[in-house]
This record gives sequence, C-alpha cells and structure tokens, in this order.
Amino acid sequence: MSYQSEQLREEKVFKDPVHRYVHVRDRVIWDLIGTPEFQRLRRIKQLGTSFYTFHGAEHSRFNHSLGVYEIVRRILENFKEHPDWNEDERLLCLTAGLLHDLGHGPYSHSFEKVFNLDHEDYTREIILGDTSVNRILKRVDPKFPQNVADVIGKTYSNKLVVSIISSQIDADRMDYLQRDAYFTGVSYGHFDMERILRVMRPMDEQVVIKATGMHAVEDYIMSRYQMYWQVYFHPVTRSSEVILTKILHRAKHLYEQNYKFKLAPLHFESFFKEAPTLEDYLKLDESIVMYYFQIWKDEDDEILSDLCNRFVNRHLFKYIEFNPNHQFEQWMELHKLFTEAGINPDYYLEVDSSSDLPYDFYRPGEDEERLPIHLVMKNDELRELSRESDIVEAISGKKRTDHKLYFPSDFIEALSDDSHIKKRILEILEG
Amino acid sequence: MLQEHAKLITFFSECKELVGRKRLQKMIYILKKCQFPFSERYQFHFYGPYSEELTLRVQELINLGFLQEEKEKKSGYYQYRYTLTGEGEKFLDHYNLDMPNMDEHIEKMSETSSRFLELVSTMLFFEGMPKEEVEEKVLTVKKKQNYTSEELQQAWNFIGDMGIQH
Repeated sequence: MSYQSEQLREEKVFKDPVHRYVHVRDRVIWDLIGTPEFQRLRRIKQLGTSFYTFHGAEHSRFNHSLGVYEIVRRILENFKEHPDWNEDERLLCLTAGLLHDLGHGPYSHSFEKVFNLDHEDYTREIILGDTSVNRILKRVDPKFPQNVADVIGKTYSNKLVVSIISSQIDADRMDYLQRDAYFTGVSYGHFDMERILRVMRPMDEQVVIKATGMHAVEDYIMSRYQMYWQVYFHPVTRSSEVILTKILHRAKHLYEQNYKFKLAPLHFESFFKEAPTLEDYLKLDESIVMYYFQIWKDEDDEILSDLCNRFVNRHLFKYIEFNPNHQFEQWMELHKLFTEAGINPDYYLEVDSSSDLPYDFYRPGEDEERLPIHLVMKNDELRELSRESDIVEAISGKKRTDHKLYFPSDFIEALSDDSHIKKRILEILEG
Repeated sequence: MLQEHAKLITFFSECKELVGRKRLQKMIYILKKCQFPFSERYQFHFYGPYSEELTLRVQELINLGFLQEEKEKKSGYYQYRYTLTGEGEKFLDHYNLDMPNMDEHIEKMSETSSRFLELVSTMLFFEGMPKEEVEEKVLTVKKKQNYTSEELQQAWNFIGDMGIQH
C-alpha cells in the first residue's frame, strides 16, 4: 500500500470541546500532527492577547488547526459521491486544512507589524523547506508539498479545493468562530454548522449553498459580525496589543542604539535585523517571548521596563473614543503636552483604528472584489447571498469603523495637580 | 497617527479621480512592488492579489469624511468612483507626510485597463519564479480571463517600464 493511501490500523480520536471528536485514519495526517513544527502550534495562542479580556481564551493554534482539519474531513464525507468532487484531491484538501496556519508566530499580529513579517510566507517555507513536515509531504509525492502550499496560498489550479479551506464560508472560519466563542465564553459566535455542512454542494469551481440552507448561513454571517466587534476588536484586547507593539518597538530601538541588555536578546536579534531565518522563526514561541518580557521588567531602560511591567501584570492603557478628523489639532496638542510632561508620546500615546485588525466582513463581490457566497436555487441558478437575504444585505453595506486613543492614565494622574499641563491634558481627554 | 491612511490620501490626491475597486486594489499592489512605502498586506484571491486591510482603510477614510465614494450602476454591475474631499486635502496639508512622488507611475497605470492591471499584479505576485513559470501559473490561476501571449508580453514590457526588476 502506498504511503498516500495508508490507513492506521485503528482510528485515532482527539477529544475536542467544539466538535466532540477529531477523527484521524490517514497515516500521513497522523505523522504530520507529530512533527515538531506542528506541535509548536501548542505554544501559540489562537487569540493572541485576548486572554487579558476573556480569561478563558488560552486556546492554541494547535486546537484550531485540528478543528479545521475535522471540518474539512466532514465536508468531504458529504462530497464523496458527488460528481463535481474528485476524490483524488481528498488527502491534499485534508492536509492543507491541517497545515493552513503552520507559519503563525507568537502574537503574530504585533510581530508582523513591527518586524515586517508575513506568517503566510513562513507557512510556505515550512512546507517547502528542510523540515519534518516537508519530508512527510515528499513521501506522498515529490510534487505534494508544492500542491499543499498552493492550496493554502490560494493559487492551486482546482479552485474548489481552495474554496473549502479559504473562501467566505470555509472550514477555517467555521472552526475559529465556534472555538473562539467557546473559549471566550461569549454567547454570540454560535451557528448551526451541521446544517451548513448538509447544504454545502461542490459546483464547478466553488462550494455553493442549497437555497433552503440560507437561514443557517445568515446566522453564520451574523455571528462573524458580532464576534468582530465583541471579541476580536475589544478595546481592552487592543490596549494590550498596543503595549505589546510598543515593547517590540522599544526593544528594537534599544538594540539599534547598541544598548547593553542585562540578558542578551539572542532569540530576538535576527528579528531586530528584520531577517529571521526559518530556524530562528521556529525557535521563538510565546513562552520564550514572555520569558524575555519578565527579564526586561528589570531593565535599566525605564520605558522598556515600564511597558513590560504593564504587559505582564495587565496594567493596561486607558482609552477614549477619538475622531482623527475633528480632533486632529487636539492630537497635536496632546503630543506636545506629553513631551513637556516627560511622557514619551511615541510609546505612550496611540490612536488605534479598526483597520489595524483586518477582518473580512462579508462582501457581495461587487466590482469583482472577492468571490461571494452563492445560493443554488431549485432551477440550478446561482444567486448571490445578499440579494436573497435582507439580513445579510443590511450588514454588507457601509461598514462601521472605529478609532480609539490609548494613554497611561496613571502617568497623567501622577502629574502635579497644580500643573497646567495636567489640567489641559485632562480637559482634552475628558472632552 | 493615521500614517498609513495619510499615504493613501496622498495616492488619491495624485490620482485626482479613481474608478473601480479592482483598479484601486491592483494600483496599490503595483505601487508596493515599485517600492512605494504602502504597508497594506495582500493575499491571493480569486481575482488576483487582494488586500482586506486596504478595503477597510478606504472605508475608514470614507467614514472620516476624507474620501467620497459614489456607487454607479453599469450594465449588470456596480462600479465605485473615488474622489478626495476638502477635508481630506486639509488633513494632508496638516500631516506633512514625506512620500515619494507617484505621479508618473499613476499616470502609466491610468492609461491601462483593469483587466491589464489584474494581469500585471498577478504576474508580480509570482515574481520569485522564472518567467516561463510565471506565465504558466498566470494562465492556470486565471484561465477564465483567456489572456493572450501578446497581452503577457505587453505586461512584461509594462513591468519593465515601471522599473520593476524581474
């Protein structure tokens, strides 16, 4: 029997709080789960710093990756007999689902911004480079690693395979919405996935939804919308991300100034130079990052030390609503007042916008932006979802956006009550 | 504050007027490849490189009153027209952003169709590959567009004219 079709003697199951069980029968999948690169995902949290807001949100990218694999497996069970589905693509699709987030690093969002990285590039490198994952994939077929990378990169020739892993209704989103809702403990984010899986159909180059399943999809779109504003863009989580980003900027700045760290930041050096090798990248996980932050709390540099203290002990920045258009002059004045008060505005004053956390609202695909969700009607005609559903139409028009100003209220409180600087800062911040 | 937004406002200010979301997406992508300092992250989607971050940032510019978006009905579909508002111009004046001049690059792109920009940006997405493989890949991922060998050659010439090394 070829490696590609080898089955385990007994099915392995992982107990999972979202899908009850994750079932593995293919030898290739089992071997991939056991690689160091995949196991590393246990040490990368799925929701980054959200645990400061929702204390249960400690789940990892490992949990999510298994969940995506399981959803793909269930989708393909339903597609098995369908004439538009090619069963030869099964293993490729399962593998891409399992490995789609392999390149995520610690606190990806902040790291990517500060060090100019892209986790998708690393996913590709891990799959195609000299790694345990690559060796397993090559045993399937020499072309298999490239095919897996192409599916994840959305450039694979069979678009149907791509759309199961990544489209506006895909296995990735269906897992993270339910998993993030479960671990944060919020009541939104839930939808009837079993129903959606039953009404999904492979058709030509995409997955379409049987028209009778429209209400289940409406629920899914609504849960995406609510999770974004209630969980992903929660202002407290954003505050911790602002501090995290400032720590990384400060540490990089100090390194560039030849500052002598008490503990040489060996794991960070290649990141500071914006040229981490794959080996460097794989070595850095969230446990290592937190170790450095603990050490940096006692650094002589006051800014780095203060920011690390804030992050480790959850002493976050306060925030107010801010309109950059109407309050631009106030922003300039605050910048000046902070400097006069001895509070460095580069590290202690920040406007954070909703676009800083790209989130894919449902888009109907007008002007050929993105492939929309299509409903297949009784006569086999395809209709775009928002043209049939009033609910979806209502939330896929103009998007609400949001800007907040973050600052350390304790520093401002500590200024002398007689100081005109303090009075003016408070006047601006308190409106 | 809003530094990345300010770069986009500069772009819209140099464009004067821009029609089409696809055109907007592809122009910023190509400018990034020409080393203009835009930070929007792109991924490959069904219609080529696409940035969700750019879409959201443009929406923010509209909501802040810096940019005007008009929806126009064309035969069978809608298209969007973007123009910078007086508020947007005022913001840019305050901002004093140090951004290299994009006029020449914008003018060259404005003379071409969205379809052509889609081809160019897709070719640039695969820039690490040898030319023959890029062409093969483009014809595979965009087979419905039926790009001809003349169009591919024109795209290579265009990439050269824009000063992008391959």
